[in-house]
Amino acid sequence: MPLRDLSKEELYLPGSAACAGCGDGIALRIALKALGKDTIFTVPACCTSVIESSYPNTSFGIPVMNIAFAASAACASGIRAGLRRQGKETQVVVWAGDGATYDIGVASLSGAWERETDFLYICYNNQMYSNTGIQRSGATPFGAWTTTTWKGKEESEKDMIAIAMAHHLPYIATATIGYPEDLHRKVQKAKSIPGPKYIEILSPCPPGWRYDMSKTVEMSKLSIATGVWALLEVEEGNITFNGRSKAILEGKIKPKPVEDWLSGQGRFAHLFKPKRDEERIKKFEEIIDQKWQRHREGKL
Amino acid sequence: MKLIMDTANHIAGEAAKAARAEVVAAYPITPQTTVVEYIQKLISNGEFDADFICVESEHSAMAATIGASATGVRTFTATSSHGLLYMHEMLHWAALARLPIVMVNINRTIGPGWNIWADHQDSMAQRDTGWLQFHCGSNQEVFDTVIQSYKIAEAEEIQLPIMVNFDAFILSHTSMPVSIPDQPVIDKFLPKRKPVWKLDSSDPLTHGNIIPPDPYLEIRKSMQESQDKARDLIRTTAEEWKKLTGFWHGGTVEEYRAEDADLVVLAMGTLGSEAKVAVDRLRKERIKAGVFRIRSFRPFPIDEIKKLSEETKLVVVDKALSFGGEGVLYSEVKSALYGRKNEIFGWIAGLGGKDVSWQDLVQMVKAVKDGKAKPVNWQKGGKGAITGFI
Repeated sequence: MPLRDLSKEELYLPGSAACAGCGDGIALRIALKALGKDTIFTVPACCTSVIESSYPNTSFGIPVMNIAFAASAACASGIRAGLRRQGKETQVVVWAGDGATYDIGVASLSGAWERETDFLYICYNNQMYSNTGIQRSGATPFGAWTTTTWKGKEESEKDMIAIAMAHHLPYIATATIGYPEDLHRKVQKAKSIPGPKYIEILSPCPPGWRYDMSKTVEMSKLSIATGVWALLEVEEGNITFNGRSKAILEGKIKPKPVEDWLSGQGRFAHLFKPKRDEERIKKFEEIIDQKWQRHREGKL
Repeated sequence: MKLIMDTANHIAGEAAKAARAEVVAAYPITPQTTVVEYIQKLISNGEFDADFICVESEHSAMAATIGASATGVRTFTATSSHGLLYMHEMLHWAALARLPIVMVNINRTIGPGWNIWADHQDSMAQRDTGWLQFHCGSNQEVFDTVIQSYKIAEAEEIQLPIMVNFDAFILSHTSMPVSIPDQPVIDKFLPKRKPVWKLDSSDPLTHGNIIPPDPYLEIRKSMQESQDKARDLIRTTAEEWKKLTGFWHGGTVEEYRAEDADLVVLAMGTLGSEAKVAVDRLRKERIKAGVFRIRSFRPFPIDEIKKLSEETKLVVVDKALSFGGEGVLYSEVKSALYGRKNEIFGWIAGLGGKDVSWQDLVQMVKAVKDGKAKPVNWQKGGKGAITGFI
């Protein structure tokens, strides 16, 4: 569906407390257009719990239940059960950052998936604990500076999509805010499927990634163009790539150099200044190359 | 009314069913397991119309219960010991969200070393979460208290969760006769929940977003006001239940032969029941002793305790300790009687399930009467006998 045909109804209301250039704000606006009014959000501690703005105001036109950091998926199981008792088919959606998803909340998320709770879990991934001041998370990529990896992270991020796949979910997808039609389509699709669904949205963060706030969409698109992030869907265990990622996979287009993505972000500045860190730049490129090699073999 | 013979754990399950809880989320832990098993069986057999959520931890048990309760339905869960501690964050959340959840907690001590027997360290560590906290002395009281708790928790002026406690094994796995009133009687006493707020997409609200200090302080104050209001409601609800069923276990306190007593034992749970036996023995020896079995630890029954004469000596027996401080109940009683002349003696006893028999309690009272007790004393020695004081 082209952008101009998306619902005109804004359920992400004006006047939110998001930073200028926030990727999550864009994700919320588009996803809520697909989800519609008959939706309940449960939100753990994350940027979104701030973006909501403060009591007695709200930046949401749907009900939102804030919940403790580790608890959102379990809370969703409870909300779903309560609604079922009342014969309501309202969409139950967790909207959580990567810290809540990859780290502190992964046990409750795994539990809700295993219980086959009928809900959509959306992780907006900004690759760090942005809300608490840019600390390292399980989603932070190799080499990235954070306030708990001052010289760059020494490990790669964990593969959350593979973890989701290990739970045999009926629908898993990745998206990013630079491709809103794709994001909208995937949320709509998830909405139509019963059972547990997982969508992860790469959501660039100007203060965390250290780039100018005007460049969020550009940064999102560059993540796809360089192959650092891939647009994909997993249905019944089958992985399919779409958009530019599909073209990269099929060799129809050559990905842009990974260095373009790295050098545009202040969090990787130490790889280039005061002198070029050839070893770590090469290692980052290898991580991405190996990922695409696996993708070509039909794996994650 | 039907008379059954069963353990407090099964009775707790019967009470959740009789209260028509609609969502139950729970995780197993010894000695609570038979509550969960029993409820799941009742639901599977179609005898209990509820949704059971089998969660992967107690933190999630309370999170799921919070989620369900926030949609406006009646909810139930059960836990014990480490499970209760693991829930701690969510206990605060449930209370601040003003959700009238009812949970039974089977009082069990804390490790290491692993120990599954009864003391009150688990629930005392949740003192400041905002939950009302009741302690039971018999299986009948467990049933009656769970039913009454929904009525109190869901009252418009209360809207706070309630933890119904009873002792591991001493009640949880011990069969006792319990009378279950007919369902129409229970339904009349406890109508369907009317939520004050709920998650409803036709009336969207954002619950629990960032709140500035001024309204936050007001919200905390309103919780305290609700706790204060609950003191009267606990008594009137128990009186209403007594009229309907004949069962009475006291209001915030069960007073036993305390009216003319020179010495009053204060204790909670089965220790309070045991104290009644001790008092009967002491009375035979013409020692005027009585019991205050504290049923409601939160809200704490300050006014009832203040009714005691200033000449009355108090023997407070704690099954929990605030390290570096003193017995938890002992502190509460002293605080309630601030500025009064009562002599107050405390015992730390029964930790890790160490037996505290009526004989022990008789000796504690006699030690106070004979001027041999220190302000703070520890149960000592083997075979349940007091061999000395620290």
